[in-house]
Amino acid sequence: MSISHAPPSSPEADISLKSGPENPTTVDVVPLLPSSSRRTRVPRWLRRTTGPVLLLLLWQLLSSTGALTADVLASPGRIAQVGGDLIADGSLTSAMGTSLQRVAAGLALGTLVGTGLALVSGLFRVGEDLVDAPVQMLRTVPFVGLIPLFIIWFGIGEAPKVAIITLGVTFPLYLNVYAGIRGVDAQLIEAGESLGLSRWGLVRHVVLPGALPGALTGLRYSLGIAWLALVFAEQVNADSGIGFLMVQARDFLRTDVIVVCLIVYAFLGLLADFIVRSLERLLLQWRPTFTGR
Amino acid sequence: MATDVHRPVSSRTAQAGQATQASPAAHAVPVPQAVHVDGLTRSFDGRAVIDRLRLDVRPGEFVALLGRSGCGKSTLLRILAGLDRDIEGTVLVPRRKAVAFQAPRLMPWKKVWRNVVLGLPGKPDRAVAERALKEVGLDHRTDAWPKTLSGGEAQRASLARALVREPDLLLLDEPFGALDALTRIKAQRLVGELWQRRGCAVLLVTHDVEEAVLLADRVLVMDGGVIAHEQRVDLDRPRDITDPRFAELRAGLLERLGVDTAAEAA
Ligand SMILES: Nc1ncnc2c1ncn2[C@@H]1O[C@H](COP(=O)(O)OP(=O)(O)OP(=O)(O)O)[C@@H](O)[C@H]1O
Ligand SMILES: [Mg+2]
Repeated sequence: MSISHAPPSSPEADISLKSGPENPTTVDVVPLLPSSSRRTRVPRWLRRTTGPVLLLLLWQLLSSTGALTADVLASPGRIAQVGGDLIADGSLTSAMGTSLQRVAAGLALGTLVGTGLALVSGLFRVGEDLVDAPVQMLRTVPFVGLIPLFIIWFGIGEAPKVAIITLGVTFPLYLNVYAGIRGVDAQLIEAGESLGLSRWGLVRHVVLPGALPGALTGLRYSLGIAWLALVFAEQVNADSGIGFLMVQARDFLRTDVIVVCLIVYAFLGLLADFIVRSLERLLLQWRPTFTGR
Repeated sequence: MATDVHRPVSSRTAQAGQATQASPAAHAVPVPQAVHVDGLTRSFDGRAVIDRLRLDVRPGEFVALLGRSGCGKSTLLRILAGLDRDIEGTVLVPRRKAVAFQAPRLMPWKKVWRNVVLGLPGKPDRAVAERALKEVGLDHRTDAWPKTLSGGEAQRASLARALVREPDLLLLDEPFGALDALTRIKAQRLVGELWQRRGCAVLLVTHDVEEAVLLADRVLVMDGGVIAHEQRVDLDRPRDITDPRFAELRAGLLERLGVDTAAEAA
């Protein structure tokens, strides 16, 4: 029986040894190892990259043995080469630029509208009565279903694409900011009042900071939806952007180009996620979070 | 209807102010008071939790308020703090008042020192917060996030936040409720010292009879929506809990808090 792991000051070991008066020698002692020694020695980044790398190897293997033909899915090597070519001739970077611009514009507008509406209905009871019901109603309409209508209204230029992204972004942001504002602890508001904060002071020092975690969750949802809306918007009536590249590639059965575009989408999505995560780390430092084991 | 009654209360307490809902009978108070409550009624859904209550607190007086759970102590405190205006009757309280709630209620997104100076007029100075935190023995946690404070530390931060307002009336709602025995004794001593130094009127809500007798000039027992019993404590400070007179007062109050009190008070 080893008790070498037991901290010197801990009384538990003694107690457990004394308890069980019938046969004191067979107490079942379990070593509680310090969490550091339980960690495997492999660094985290290595563990996390192993899975994707294995998957990639398997894919390449299937392609080079001919089990996976190029018109179903191009091989990773081929995709890398095509990606390189597309970057070299500038078509990929310019498409990326166009798409990024659309997302940025839609995101900015949607953030403005979504948080604006949420502030109005979250902070004022009148605002709630006026704004909340219509927003909740519109929210149930699947926004991609509005593309035909938007094309009729805005033509086929940039406007309908940005409008679709704006619409997609607005609702998750509205819901989360509104819920965040309404979820602020009433006791904290009362404490703020007792400290002599004015109405605006309460909003600035208590309500808005309290709604921030919700707002950032909303932003993350919104970003996900923004990419989705972009894909939809660019596959209808586009003459530039990543979606357009994809439509073109489809017509020529170029699976390699399609995969390159998908990778670009994924990469942009990851980048957006990284930005929100950094924002959260910066703005929510006060919140001790569970980081997992 | 809100009437401001600007009248010097004493040389130290600048002015009594803010009569919330003054009744026509808001007559002159003979002795200067830091708190004057008369005919105060507060009902929840038709049930009067506070029922024509009378209460006076002199400037600089330390008053402890005892009573069964749910008898309306926190309700009274919130009214005196100006947080609840759905009332009938006369309430006169100092303009400068501060509350320490039962739970610390610190803003988790503001560092401790910013919590302490939150709501102070003008651009709050860090040095002001540091001084107040030093008074409660928390100057080493000035830059901490509230969620990283221990329970006792958070309550002391909350106390510092109340004290930095230099109140004429300090309202404390079971501020030591969540503390362990040792920290509790330390915190009680701290409040006693701060009260003597600052000379503000204090209304301390507590469940602990011993704590009440240890700190207060006057102990009130609330029951049936009114102050049902009042007990002066004329022991010299610092008080000794082994003093037989202390034990006597404690026993008397405990009896008052017993089941048959209600019948007797009615
Ligand atoms: N907002 C409210 N709505 C309805 N009833 C309320 C409300 N606030 C308080 N009450 C009721 O008023 C009574 C007095 O509550 P209060 O919080 O003042 O009790 P207390 O004396 O502070 O009790 P404790 O010692 O347990 O803190 C209770 O019966 C409570 O249920
Ligand atoms: Mg209470």
